[in-house]
Amino acid sequence: MPDSTVIGLHHEEEHRPELLHHFAEPQQQRDAASLGMWVFLGTEVMFFGGLFCAYLVYRRWYFGDFAAASKSINMGLGATNTAVLICSSLTVVLAVWAAQTARRTLLIGSLALTMLLGLAFLGIKAVEYKDKFEEHHVPGASFSFDHVEIPGHPGEYANPRHAQMFFSLYFVMTGLHALHMIVGLGIFLWLFIMAWKGRFTPEWNTPVEIGGLYWHFVDIVWIYLFPLLYLIDRHP
Amino acid sequence: MSAHSSATSSPLKGYFAVWIALLAGTGLTVYAATLDLAPYNAAVALGIATIKATLVALFFMHVWHASEKLTKLVVIAALFFLLLLLGLTMSDYATRLWS
Amino acid sequence: MSMATAIPQPAERENYLNKEYGVWSWLLTTDHKRIALLYLISITFFFFIGGFFALLIRLELLTPAGDLVQADTYNKLFTMHGMVMIFFFLIPSIPAVLGNFLVPLMIGAKDLAFPRINLLSWYLYIIGGVMMLHCMLTGGVDTGWTFYAPFSTSFTNTKIVEAGLAIFVAGFSSILTGLNFVVTIHRMRAPGMTWSRLPLFIWAHYATSIIQLLGTPVVAVTIVLVAAERALHLGIFDPKLGGDPLLFQHLFWFYSHPAVYIMILPSMGVVTEIIACFSRKRIFGYHFVAFSSIAIAVFGFLVWAHHMFVAGISVYSALVFSFLSYAVALPSAIKVFNWTATLYKGSIHYDAPMLYAFGFLGLFTIGGLTGLFLSALGINVHVTDTYFVVAHFHYIMVGGAVMGYLGGMHFWWPKISGRLYPEGWARLAALIVFIGFNLTFFPQFVLGYMGMPRRYYDYSHMPEFQVLNVLSTAGATVLGVGYLLPMVYFLWSMRYGKPASDNPWNAAGLEWKTASPPPTFNFDEEPVVTWEAYNYEELDAPHSEEVPVAR
Repeated sequence: MPDSTVIGLHHEEEHRPELLHHFAEPQQQRDAASLGMWVFLGTEVMFFGGLFCAYLVYRRWYFGDFAAASKSINMGLGATNTAVLICSSLTVVLAVWAAQTARRTLLIGSLALTMLLGLAFLGIKAVEYKDKFEEHHVPGASFSFDHVEIPGHPGEYANPRHAQMFFSLYFVMTGLHALHMIVGLGIFLWLFIMAWKGRFTPEWNTPVEIGGLYWHFVDIVWIYLFPLLYLIDRHP
Repeated sequence: MSAHSSATSSPLKGYFAVWIALLAGTGLTVYAATLDLAPYNAAVALGIATIKATLVALFFMHVWHASEKLTKLVVIAALFFLLLLLGLTMSDYATRLWS
Repeated sequence: MSMATAIPQPAERENYLNKEYGVWSWLLTTDHKRIALLYLISITFFFFIGGFFALLIRLELLTPAGDLVQADTYNKLFTMHGMVMIFFFLIPSIPAVLGNFLVPLMIGAKDLAFPRINLLSWYLYIIGGVMMLHCMLTGGVDTGWTFYAPFSTSFTNTKIVEAGLAIFVAGFSSILTGLNFVVTIHRMRAPGMTWSRLPLFIWAHYATSIIQLLGTPVVAVTIVLVAAERALHLGIFDPKLGGDPLLFQHLFWFYSHPAVYIMILPSMGVVTEIIACFSRKRIFGYHFVAFSSIAIAVFGFLVWAHHMFVAGISVYSALVFSFLSYAVALPSAIKVFNWTATLYKGSIHYDAPMLYAFGFLGLFTIGGLTGLFLSALGINVHVTDTYFVVAHFHYIMVGGAVMGYLGGMHFWWPKISGRLYPEGWARLAALIVFIGFNLTFFPQFVLGYMGMPRRYYDYSHMPEFQVLNVLSTAGATVLGVGYLLPMVYFLWSMRYGKPASDNPWNAAGLEWKTASPPPTFNFDEEPVVTWEAYNYEELDAPHSEEVPVAR
């Protein structure tokens, strides 16, 4: 750790470079940053909310077609990805704890592991997208979903147009989620570099904390996407 | 904020417990999807998802230990407006075929 | 406090304007007051672009025949007029200019909570604005500002995706402003500045921010869906592919109805400040006015489908939305009654800001009452898509929001610029705007009620509508003069205006207790608040103590 350990705590609080001029004290700055992230996550709820609204409408209308389309996605990959994200949430919470308790090795390790898990998630997602592409399940001119039975209704086939609606929502929702993952990876790369330089201390670790909040939120979105997209009417 | 409380007792045990619960929840939701629960499959899946999301919010995002009510207020407000969006939109779709 | 500041040297004081010079000291500033001025310049630019489109629209309607522009051009004119005025003028107008300038000053903070995010939001606005300008210059959009699908997604060949992205980016600018305000109001208040001592301008901005934060993301994702639908042919709103165009309208109006309150709430906040100051009275029913702002923000999200009564939504749902639409009138009426009660037995001064506030009161009341007509399912069906609707929302969004904006600009101009504007010209301009506005838009109520549809460029099959249209166009030119005047004398006053004292109106409020213009960090010493808001009784008392702030 650099020289900051030799400086006394009171002295340090007055001259912390991280304390921006317009805040009276570090606690105020921390609370502002944390509230800012929470409010931002509130806007994110509404952002995904619009998509969930569209999903809800069409799932009610085209339930059988949605079930058939959902069944064509690889549930194993989706479940694995859910587990991967849950593990990454654990490493994030460890990173926050490590930053607060000045455990530098654990902090750096947890941040690295989080990024690895995030990359694993995106890799698995890419495999899934590739499968869909090869099966012509990507909406557009080459889309085809002919003669797929609706689960539980032998002899009834899904309407390809309505199945395409499912895949449209599937790609938009998982795509925007993946975009959030990529942004999250960028944030964690920055946190990793800062942690490597030893910039986080028990007194100042707000970026780890609010970066963590963001990551957990993206995890929560996936926790809902998984059953909604992968598990419609799976029973035999 | 929890930096001070963590000095007295380590929260790690709790974190790992939540992690196990989340993994178990994932397994459970996959298993429940293979059962024929007639109209309740979706309710069960969403119920498990909500429990998992709540665990993440309360313990990983520290809403449970948040020193003030404001964080909770933001969460509740966001969910309230999400329900308004879904609920009022569905009030149209659910009643279109009446009459 | 050091002794040096005890020597008054108003002309030479260092303030936020003269602290640094040069382009980069402005373009890279994180000072909320400088960012407010950047916004002021940018939104004024877009206001005149939008106004130019409006002028062309009015000129086309001067005669029944479609003789000035082609039908396609006319479609683009009213579309670009709407998009520019709503997304690039009205939504940022009061929050991004006056709010940016005043929120920290009014609560006794040195800056907004996130100054760099504040600057980022201005850059996002500019990026969105440049995209919108490019879109305009390369052909524009012809769908109306509402982007209704499936016309916008499957039929029109105009620049939907580009305009959509411009609005998407500008929307994030709006979200970040709202985020900054919410965090600032929660976290940055000076000692003693409790929630019930906040100026009502702050309450109004808090309520506005809630809408910006919770509504804008929904329209953002809707725009993403429209763009994806056009680019990738997804069909989410395309009935041919099983989509529902009404879903687009639900998602769009979920934001765009509350967006009206993004425009009007800050204006209500401005008017509250002005009325208290120029009646020399404490505002009547402080808590009612404060909570009615929050109530408007929440109720505003419950009424959106009244834009869709004839679009094919369920009748039962329409009944519910009609009933809920009436509910929004309650908090709005509470405000109007409380303003009126504040005026009652007040010592009223007819300075220019007060004239604008009076204009606001009258025009907003007309706009609000005709809004009640439109909430009623039966009348709504009759006048949907007529000039009645056009007149109604202009009474709210121009009569209300712009009157408040201009009133606020006059009221705080001495604080912003350190100069006094010429009062006589300002009163004249207020009068011209009021007369011009009514002459422009009142005939449109009549036209609409008689059945003239909106968005028609040619009404030669109903030439009896011409008289009222000529009146409206004449009014628009008067209104144009009224809007140009303040710009001219504000610019003039920056050089030739008399230097303003710290508190030229003898107004209450922390922003008046610092210098005009304020120093970069707003207050020489952190203010401590020990009094209620609007303590005009104390200010006007014969032997009142000097303002109880350490200077």
